[in-house]
Amino acid sequence: MEAILDVTGLTMDFGGLRALDALDLDVRSQEIVALIGPNGAGKTTFFNCITGIYKPTKGDVLIRPPAGGGELRINGLKPNQVTERGMARTFQNIRLFQNMTVLENVMIGRHCRMHAGITGAVMRNAATRAEEKQVVRDSYAILEKIGLQQYVNDFAKNLPYGAQRRLEIARAMATEPFLLLLDEPAAGMNAQETKELDELILKIRAEEHISILLIEHDMKLVMSLSDRIFVMDYGRRIAQGAPEEIRNNPEVVKAYLGEEDTEDAVEA
Amino acid sequence: MLNLEEVKRSFFTCLWFMFLTFPIMVIKVDTIDETVDWRWERILWVGAGSFVLSLIWRYLIRRKELGGKEIEAGDEDTPSKFQELVRKSGFYYPILIAAGIFVLIFPQVFSMYQTNIMNTALIYVVVGLGLNIVVGLAGLLDLGYVAFYAVGAYSYALLNMHFGLNFWFALPLGGLLGFLFGIILGFPVLRLRGDYLAIVTLGFGEIIRLVLENWNAFSKGPSGIASIPRPGFFGMEFSINQSIDYMYYLMVALVIFTIFVVRRLQDSRIGRAWIALREDEIACQAMGIDKTRTKLTAFALGATWAGMAGVMFAAKTTFINPASFTIWESIIILCVVVLGGMGSIVGVICGALILILLPEYLRALSEYRMLIFGVVLVCMMVFRPGGIVSSVRRVYKFEKEDG
Repeated sequence: MEAILDVTGLTMDFGGLRALDALDLDVRSQEIVALIGPNGAGKTTFFNCITGIYKPTKGDVLIRPPAGGGELRINGLKPNQVTERGMARTFQNIRLFQNMTVLENVMIGRHCRMHAGITGAVMRNAATRAEEKQVVRDSYAILEKIGLQQYVNDFAKNLPYGAQRRLEIARAMATEPFLLLLDEPAAGMNAQETKELDELILKIRAEEHISILLIEHDMKLVMSLSDRIFVMDYGRRIAQGAPEEIRNNPEVVKAYLGEEDTEDAVEA
Repeated sequence: MLNLEEVKRSFFTCLWFMFLTFPIMVIKVDTIDETVDWRWERILWVGAGSFVLSLIWRYLIRRKELGGKEIEAGDEDTPSKFQELVRKSGFYYPILIAAGIFVLIFPQVFSMYQTNIMNTALIYVVVGLGLNIVVGLAGLLDLGYVAFYAVGAYSYALLNMHFGLNFWFALPLGGLLGFLFGIILGFPVLRLRGDYLAIVTLGFGEIIRLVLENWNAFSKGPSGIASIPRPGFFGMEFSINQSIDYMYYLMVALVIFTIFVVRRLQDSRIGRAWIALREDEIACQAMGIDKTRTKLTAFALGATWAGMAGVMFAAKTTFINPASFTIWESIIILCVVVLGGMGSIVGVICGALILILLPEYLRALSEYRMLIFGVVLVCMMVFRPGGIVSSVRRVYKFEKEDG
């Protein structure tokens, strides 16, 4: 199966510091791929490079949207252009629009799929009005899918932590991506919330046909969700493969997972 | 109610003030008679006054801190009790209608002098609403907004002087020029944020003023441009009184138009993009919003209103010179927006009316005007940073689906 995201030789230098070193990664359609590694390995830098926040020093970032459009090289595109082409992300530190309501946060996600401009806004012609109504309906539908509809008119800053994390996912989904990039979606969640997140991600893949690339430290979630895992350390890929292969890979164990007898979270 | 710690602190404050103001208040040197007059009773007044004020201040601060969570920057959206009352009770429409009637009969009831003052206030309302787009909605701290105001005023003055351009043509042209200048001034500041943006826009404001002041061939320099015609009505000649009344109704129409457009912009795709830009620039880009375009749109649309208000200003005062467009004006307009309530249309209107009308009506205290101004600003920012009327986000209604 052809990869919908194909990263080859990605290198990112910050002055003298090499944050990413010839990294290769691919995601196939309808896959859930996990990117794991110790803190400081360069995982979030990787996300920032492929979504356009940083411009990579070297390498190729290619996407092949399943909806069509062939192969696109997205190096150096601005973040909003990357999102328009179908890759949406969430952030490690929650970056919601705090003083907007939950519904409006999701409506912002719809921005790039709407067309109204200044004249539309001022004139409020029929097309604009219909578009606004549709956006409100669509956003509410997304909230229902994620399970946040009871918060619809609350301010994002007033939401409980777990709901804020899910709102970030809802907002990213509103941009109609073919690939969702989740940066530590389970950070700070307890076991119950993590289990719900697990079900949510699987539901998103099954019902919306969105592929997922996630960065995560919670090994239980990673092992249960992922089809494939890429392991990073010091900006390099040190292993890739199915969860069982990764669990038993000695290099990965040494660098990240820890010895068998102390790490019981790895047990299936 | 008062604890010992506060009283002690206030006492020391009072001693400190007495010490500080001792040379100014107590000692009076009479150079003519060559005597020194020691006015000891003044120090007692200073002491008593500062003690009482200090106590009141500490009491209010304590009440504010106990009253709720700390007000962080951005946590200002609690509507005041007054706002809640007005909105929820059935008084909303009657108040609106009463205000409408008052606005309509204003020039008939009040004197020409009062109407003229109200005209000034209305011009500031339009300018405040324009700056509200840039500062309140998009969160771009623009300290040089007066530049667009100057562009509007000078465009009418110069076009009229050279080409005899009529007011009615100059008004939309002023808006258009404001729009263009907004884009021009917006381009260099695209990558800047926060303080840096403030300083650069402040610089632009000064540049415009200095160009106007020194390029004599173009703008007639410090002597300004005079004899700018007032707006006409199908060629009719007006007396001064009628002219001012006419101007008043024109201003009211412009204000209503501004409110209408700004409201629509606020509640649209663009408006939401501006607010997202204000909240978190990186996240907003990641969600597919073109940061460049959104910022430029904010600057341009904000500047349009300043341009139109500038044309009105030139027509009202019939004489303009660069001294009317200093940075102090920019600061007043910014105060109007911040005091009134950033992002809130009603708030900005209140802010403009209060900030412009109050100094006029308190002319008796004109010596202390700047002092009062400063004190009001400090108190507002400490006790109510959200402004007089804070903005309220729209609430969407959804029917509960059964089954």
